Amino acid sequence: MTVVVRTVARVLFPVALAFGGYVIMHGHLTPGGGFQGGAVAASALALVLVAFSPARLKGKKGLFSALESLGGVAFVVLGFLGLGLTFFANVLAGAGGLFGQPVPAGPNPGELNTAGTLPLMNWAVGFKVLAGLGAVVLLFALFGGEDDR
Amino acid sequence: MSRWVSLAAFLVAAGFLIFGALALRPFGQPKRAEMDQYFTLYSQPEVAANNAVTAIVFDYRGYDTLGEATVLFTAVTGVALILRRWKP
Repeated sequence: MTVVVRTVARVLFPVALAFGGYVIMHGHLTPGGGFQGGAVAASALALVLVAFSPARLKGKKGLFSALESLGGVAFVVLGFLGLGLTFFANVLAGAGGLFGQPVPAGPNPGELNTAGTLPLMNWAVGFKVLAGLGAVVLLFALFGGEDDR
Repeated sequence: MSRWVSLAAFLVAAGFLIFGALALRPFGQPKRAEMDQYFTLYSQPEVAANNAVTAIVFDYRGYDTLGEATVLFTAVTGVALILRRWKP
């Protein structure tokens, strides 16, 4: 691509990645969550793939695979945490420990240290979606078209 | 001829949709509100999450999200299967 596209991509890549992380991190407070934030972060990867050559990310396939598996396993393990009650029971909510702060009822701006297993699940799903969509985009860029490369 | 058939099909389908839209209940007044009331009342004390949608997606209906994650995994696997280099 031209130098304009590459410069804009260089500027926008960290911004898009940070915004994806923000959407994942505040998934239990603001609109959005793991899926949406992961998709935003994967769009940053797509930007890099469009602006630069896909060979730059070719060696990262193992990393994507590991991240996707890690996210899925973490999600299921967090589900199994609540097995004393039911599968996916939120044992950490309101317990006082990690993400265990109770929430006052009614409209309030919210605290980051709340909602129990939900933020952890958001991170797991976010990494899973980021790695999965990143792998899809990378595979399309590497093997998709044969015309202009 | 086929133009008139298309127009008739369009009119019939649009008529069905318009009559269906006229028969809808007023906005924000569902017939049974127990489930909505439960989620809006209890997502803060039970799940301690301000975002009720996330409370539903990751807590009350965690199974659904697990299935969604599996669907994504299957899609990635299918793309990787189709787009790999075939070595005859």
